[in-house]
Amino acid sequence: MTLARHETEIVADPDLPTIRIIREFDAPPERVFRAWTDPDVFTQWIGPRSIDTRIDAWDARTGGCWRYTALRDGEEQASFFGSFHEVRPNERLVQTFTWEGAPDGVSLETMTFTELEKGRTRIDALSVVESMETRDAILRSGMEVGVIEGYEKLDELLAAEG
Amino acid sequence: MSAENRLNRVFAALADPTRRDIVARLADGDATVGELAVPHDMTVQAVSKHVHVLEQAGLVSRSRDAQRRPCHLEAEVFDLMTAWIERYRRQAEERFRRLDAVLERMDETTEQEGTAS
Repeated sequence: MTLARHETEIVADPDLPTIRIIREFDAPPERVFRAWTDPDVFTQWIGPRSIDTRIDAWDARTGGCWRYTALRDGEEQASFFGSFHEVRPNERLVQTFTWEGAPDGVSLETMTFTELEKGRTRIDALSVVESMETRDAILRSGMEVGVIEGYEKLDELLAAEG
Repeated sequence: MSAENRLNRVFAALADPTRRDIVARLADGDATVGELAVPHDMTVQAVSKHVHVLEQAGLVSRSRDAQRRPCHLEAEVFDLMTAWIERYRRQAEERFRRLDAVLERMDETTEQEGTAS
């Protein structure tokens, strides 16, 4: 049990269509990098417990490609694909990311792995998308659970404006 | 208009840097369109158009009867947006906590196998 836990930080730039995610892990860069590039490890954490992740393609080398599908009770929920633009072991991982439900959209994701003292690692993941609208839609997608409540509250606020 | 369209309006209104400046200014207190135009190299009419977009998005309100008609920031709508980002953050944090657990389970032996493949 470590006391020095740093929670995820999200930076949504007000002027650029980007999302930056910063997080520290109690493991060395080799291990954290492997968790992102080894499909057997990746599927263990990428989705919530109720979702199984099926790897359809995975070639974690510079110029390689990947695709995976999220399954709930064996039923396909969503598929994602992209390329491994650059795989620089334990330091840098550059990928493209497309959700097949919005096939014209593509995000460029650059992740850097920085070694910290005491065998820890900081990741800095920068996603760049095509417009502010898309970026904001991605941020809003995080609210699946509370979505109805949020809409209702906004409805009330906007109705009061009328 | 659907709730989704309303949300899009809020985000679209804030995609413009001048309107974000106006929102930032109004966070300090109510101001008239004339006062809002001062720090910008813009006409009152241009600022008024921006304020209108913010009004349509429900981010800003203006009292109907008062002579000066100061603009007022609807901070609650703004708080709601902060809440959306916080939900996104929490979802990422949950994912990374699963990763924390996986990293703890990964021992040196499997690490060797992994890098060798």
